Order: sequence, then C-alpha cells, then structure tokens
Amino acid sequence: MTELLLETIALRKEFGGLVAVDDVDFTIPLGSIVSLIGPNGAGKTTFFNMITGVYKPTDGRVIFDSKDIGGKPPHAATERGIGRTFQNIRLFQQMTSVENVLVGMHCRLHSRIIPSILGLPGVRREEREARERARELLAYCDLAGHEDEYARNLSYGDQRRLEVARALATQPKLLLLDEPTAGMNPQETAEFVDFIFRMREDEKLTILLIEHDMKLVMGVSDRVTVLEYGAKIAEGEAKEVQSNPRVVEAYLGKAAVS
Amino acid sequence: MSRHRGGGLLYRSVFRLFEGIGVKDARKRWERKSPFLQRAVPPLVIAALVILVMLPFRAPDPAALVLLAIVYALYVMPRGWRRWALPATILFFAIAYPFLIQQTNYQRFLFEVPIFNSFPSIDTMAVMAIFAMMAVGLNMVVGYAGLLDLGYVAFYALGAYTAAWLASPHASQFTLGGKPIDVNIGGVGVTEGLGGIHISIWIVLLAAAIVTAVGGILIGLPTLRLRGDYLAIVTLGFGEIIAEVAKNGDKETLGINLTGGPPGINPIDPPGFGVWLADHLGLPANYLDKYGQYVNFVSLFYWSAIVLLLITIFCSIRMRDSRLGRAWIAIREDEVAAAAMGIPLMRTKTWAYASGAFFGGVAGAWFGSFKQGVFPDDFYFGISIFILSMVILGGMGNVWGVVAGAALLTYLNQEGLASMSAWFNDKVLPCDPNVQDPAKVISGGCVNAPLVATGIYGTIIVLVMLFRPEGLIPERRRQLEFETGVHDEPLMDVRHAPEE
Repeated sequence: MTELLLETIALRKEFGGLVAVDDVDFTIPLGSIVSLIGPNGAGKTTFFNMITGVYKPTDGRVIFDSKDIGGKPPHAATERGIGRTFQNIRLFQQMTSVENVLVGMHCRLHSRIIPSILGLPGVRREEREARERARELLAYCDLAGHEDEYARNLSYGDQRRLEVARALATQPKLLLLDEPTAGMNPQETAEFVDFIFRMREDEKLTILLIEHDMKLVMGVSDRVTVLEYGAKIAEGEAKEVQSNPRVVEAYLGKAAVS
Repeated sequence: MSRHRGGGLLYRSVFRLFEGIGVKDARKRWERKSPFLQRAVPPLVIAALVILVMLPFRAPDPAALVLLAIVYALYVMPRGWRRWALPATILFFAIAYPFLIQQTNYQRFLFEVPIFNSFPSIDTMAVMAIFAMMAVGLNMVVGYAGLLDLGYVAFYALGAYTAAWLASPHASQFTLGGKPIDVNIGGVGVTEGLGGIHISIWIVLLAAAIVTAVGGILIGLPTLRLRGDYLAIVTLGFGEIIAEVAKNGDKETLGINLTGGPPGINPIDPPGFGVWLADHLGLPANYLDKYGQYVNFVSLFYWSAIVLLLITIFCSIRMRDSRLGRAWIAIREDEVAAAAMGIPLMRTKTWAYASGAFFGGVAGAWFGSFKQGVFPDDFYFGISIFILSMVILGGMGNVWGVVAGAALLTYLNQEGLASMSAWFNDKVLPCDPNVQDPAKVISGGCVNAPLVATGIYGTIIVLVMLFRPEGLIPERRRQLEFETGVHDEPLMDVRHAPEE
C-alpha cells in the first residue's frame, strides 16, 4: 500500500440542520493527483475548507502527514504544508505580484519585529533572498515581467497563475486547487493542465483538485472521488468513475442511466 | 506635454491673449521650449503678478519672499533631488522653528499670515507633534491592519497615567514595608523629602510604552476575534471604560487611590537629562530651568517631541516594510486569504494593536509630562475620534499624510479656529468684542468658531470624503483602490485598448 499524505476519517460538517459533508472517508496517496467532483452544492468546497482549517469539522478527523490537524486554524494547516487557491480568486488586489508571493512565504520566514525595525543584517539578507525566490517563483508560473504590477491589474489567467504562485510560496506538500480553470478558455485550460503536471514533477507535490471540467479531471487525475449531497457516492480511477451509474445519474439525471 | 493639452482654461486664455496682441503661434512655440522652462516660468509669472497687485496694499515681507523662493526651488528641482531636499527642508524648518518665531525678545523673523494672523506658537507646535505621534500609532492599527479602533484614547490615558505614577509624589501615600514609597532613579527637579516615585523621564517613556503595549494586548485578546463593526463598538467601549476608571479611580470610589480621581495627578516631574549628562554633554539638566539665552522650556519640549515623532515615524515605516507589515496589509485586504497563506490572524492583529498602543503610550506620557499633570477630563471619547479624523484626513496608511493631517487638525484646534474667528470678526463682519458672550457661538454680531470645533472637523471630514476620499496624501495602494473602485474588468480593457 502506498503512503498516504492525507486521510479523512468520517469527516462531517453540519450547518444548523443541514449536513453539508456527511461522514466522508477520503485518502490522498503521496505524490498523486486526486480530484473531487460533484454537482453544485455537493459540499466540495466545505470539505476543502475543513481540510484547510477554515471550518471546524463537526465530527471526524483530518490526518495530514500522520498528524491530526482537524479543527486547527488555517495558518497551522498552511504551516504543516497545505497550500491552496480559491474558487473565486482571492488575491491581495492592492499588492504587487511579488508582494503577494512574499505574503505566501510568511510562515517560512523568521524576521522578528525588533530586528526588522533595526534593519539588522540577518533580516536584510532574509528579505533579499525571499524577494529573489519570489521572482523565481513568478517566472516559474509564467509571470516574469509582471513582478511589480498590482494583482488587480493582471489579466484573468495571470491572476489564476499568481494564486498558484502564492500557494507554492508556502512550500506545500499538498496543493489544493479549487476550480483552477473556471473561466478559462480551452487553450488556457490545456496550458494549465501541462502546468499541473510540471508542478508535480518539479516540486514533488501531491495535488487535490476540485473541478467541474470533466475533460480536465479525466485527463489529469490518478483518482477521482465523487460527492453528492455531502456524501461520497463513488471513488476510484477516472475510467471506473466515469462509467459508474450513480455518478452519471448525479450529473445527468435518472433518465440518462436507463 | 500632454499635461497642458486641452486642460487649463487659464493656459488657453493666456495663449489667446498673446495671439490677440500679435504673437504668432504662441502656443506651439511655447510647447517647443524645454520642459524645465515650461515648468519654471509660469510660477514666476504668477508670483510676479500677485506681488504687483498686492504692492499698493502691502509691501512684500522679506521673510515671505525667502519662503516663497525656497518653495519655488523645491518645485523646480529635478525629482531625484526633491526626494531628499523636501524632507531635509521640512526637518530644517521644524528644528529651527523656535528661533524663527523667537518669542523671547520681541523680534519676529516670520511674517504675519493673512486670516490666520501668526504662525503657530511653539506650544502649539509641541502639541501638534504629540498628536502626530498618536496619529502615526493609530495608523498602524487602522491604516495598516485595517482594524477600526474607536477607543485609542485608552492608550493615551494609560501612557499618561503610567508617567504620572512613575514620576510624581503620588506614590508617597502608599507604604511598602511600613515606610512610604520613596524611590528616585534619575528623577529631575525632586526636592528633598518629597517622597513618591521619581524615575528619569526617558525610562518612564519606555515603561509607559511597554505598559500601554501590554494593555493593548490585554484589550486585544478578547476583542480582536470580532470583525469590522463589532470590533469598532467594543473598542469604543474600552475607551469609555478607561476614561471612567480615570475619573473614578480614587479612594472614595475604588478603595485605593489609583488615578487621583477628578483632579488627576500632578505635578509630574519635569523632564531633563540630569546633572551628570548636563555637565558632560551639555544637555539640559531640567527642562524647567533656564537653558541658554534664546531657548525657553517650551522649545525643549517641542524639540524632544520632534525627536520622539521622528523615531515613531521611522519605526512605523520599518514595520510597514517588514514581514509583519506585509501580513497586516494582507489581513486588511482579505482576512481569509491571509489566514490561508499561513498568517496567524490573532497574533498578527494583536501585534498591530500592541504597536499602535506602544506609540500612543509614549505620546501620552510625553503629553502628561508636558502638561506637568494628568487630568481625567483630557481622556474623553472625542479624542479618539479626533485622532481617527487625523488619520482619515491625512490619508489612511500613509505616514506622511497622517502626520500632515494631525498637524493640520491640531493646529486648527489649538489656535487656527480662534485666529480665523478673530479675523472674521475684525475684517469680514466687524463687531464689537466687548458685547460678545464667550459662551455663545454667535453673540453681538461676533462669531466664536472654537465652540463648534467638532462640527467644523466633522464638516472637513465629510468634505474630504466627498472630494478626496483617499485623504490629502494618500497611500499608493489606497489611492488605487479609490481610483479603480469596485470595477474589475475595465482595467484590462484599458490595457488592451489600441494606442491613439
């Protein structure tokens, strides 16, 4: 059996009476690309938010890198090595690209407040190196030349890539991408797929993807998990899931199955 | 070049005038001149015209001419030079100011200003510097981290009362081990047998800052979990609590005499460097003693306040550009994203609170020592709003803007409004000051503007919000926010638009 990077055990989230995520068991093997799909409102993003600590699970456990991180605040999850992007882009709009990436590096930097005020050499060196690395990361994400542009002035595709660059800056082991190609045209999507593979190779990443674009999901994923009404209805390799009648039903309705 | 294109009715009419009297192609020929000339000549012409018009009424004051020449030089010089020359000039004038208005021997080097009558007194300048310090402190909380704090006066009060405790005879009423407390560590101007705690003001400033920062953390821990409006209301409450504690912290109400109750605590020891430093470095031993021929004690307070302000500004800028400052701005922009990027929200916000409180404490302690006492009536809710107004007026997030805003509002509060009022009563609608009732806004045809000061500041803030919502000297990020508004797409269109 392969080593698991992330495992959720009976993870559950209730909002009042609504069960958004219903006892989901879920695993991500180290080094794989796993996709989470499901119709709108299936609880994918809620599930995501529990892994990253934005929501506290009602019940169940999240085990990441063999430590229980369920219910810990988001920054703790990031520090452990979970990086993420957002479904609707949430960049720091009034900061430049480099500054956005530098914020991503926050938990990997160590400058304390008084040395920063005094401008001690250690702080200066760290800052200089961080900026250099930020530029490298931006170049890696095809954003060279946009370093000092404000995030809000970037084109849509560039903003998407900047979000990824910012997430990479946190030095994640697991990268969560929440509908990264939403709003992209087919060509941009194809480029993005290449980019995902490239990232996995170069950064030794494990990737969890939430996506609507079936072609993308089937193209990149090692494994696919399907959620419907908060519950897991199917799991397995892309091919198997695609032909699973329950999945087809969930996506296309009952008539399509018969 | 495009600077003048189409714009400037004045420019166009000037060129039309020239063409009217027979100069051909005045505009084209002018625009072919070097950019330096284009920049340098118009102000000279305007200044010459103004002086010519004014000549029959008033001979130009040499000091005013010198000042104009300096401003003109700053305006004309290349950008790179101005970056250094402007702060250097301002700093020079800030330091030389007491000598320029020279109150000790009846000679003034500075001219009379229309409407405002005179330049601000050194006393006012000292208060301006102190309030600027508080505004810069509040700016860390409101401007950088985006946490609305309506109770900043609490930190001012904490700092002032710490100074009152550590540098006054107040503590002599308490006993420690059977004897009344009597400590003297570098205290200045302490007479024998006075009792109480007397610590050198420079240590007191640091102590007040630390006490206030700890106070900021204590207030922050329960409140900073709240967001936006809720946080504002809770801080408002804390501001009021501190003010009430100050008022009621005497023996009758609290059981121990913590704050001296309504009369407050005074006198606070005068600041000074002590005899040893005075002998060896020539620093003033005691601010209240005479020091040299031209320097009075207010100037010493003023210079020290300027030094403290400079330190505050320096720290503020260094913090903004550090890892912590980036985290503050990230939280201001998007809290959820900031947390997801590994920024611990509570800790980072608490740091913002503590840093803001730290400098508020220094300012409070210095103000207390300047007034030689603390009085609970100084710490009312209006002060919080007053300081917040400085931040908003100057430009949230920009240190220089905030300092300018603080200087302007404090000046108006201290003497500007009174001077304007007096000018109005004298020149615009003359009235007889003898029939004026000082308690009424309008009486006997006279106006008494300082009575409605708060209303005037409110009006100023409303006007700023309407016409320049980003403040007088905006932070570049904020400006962007206001310029581009909430529209996301047009910017891309603009970029891809064909060149004309």
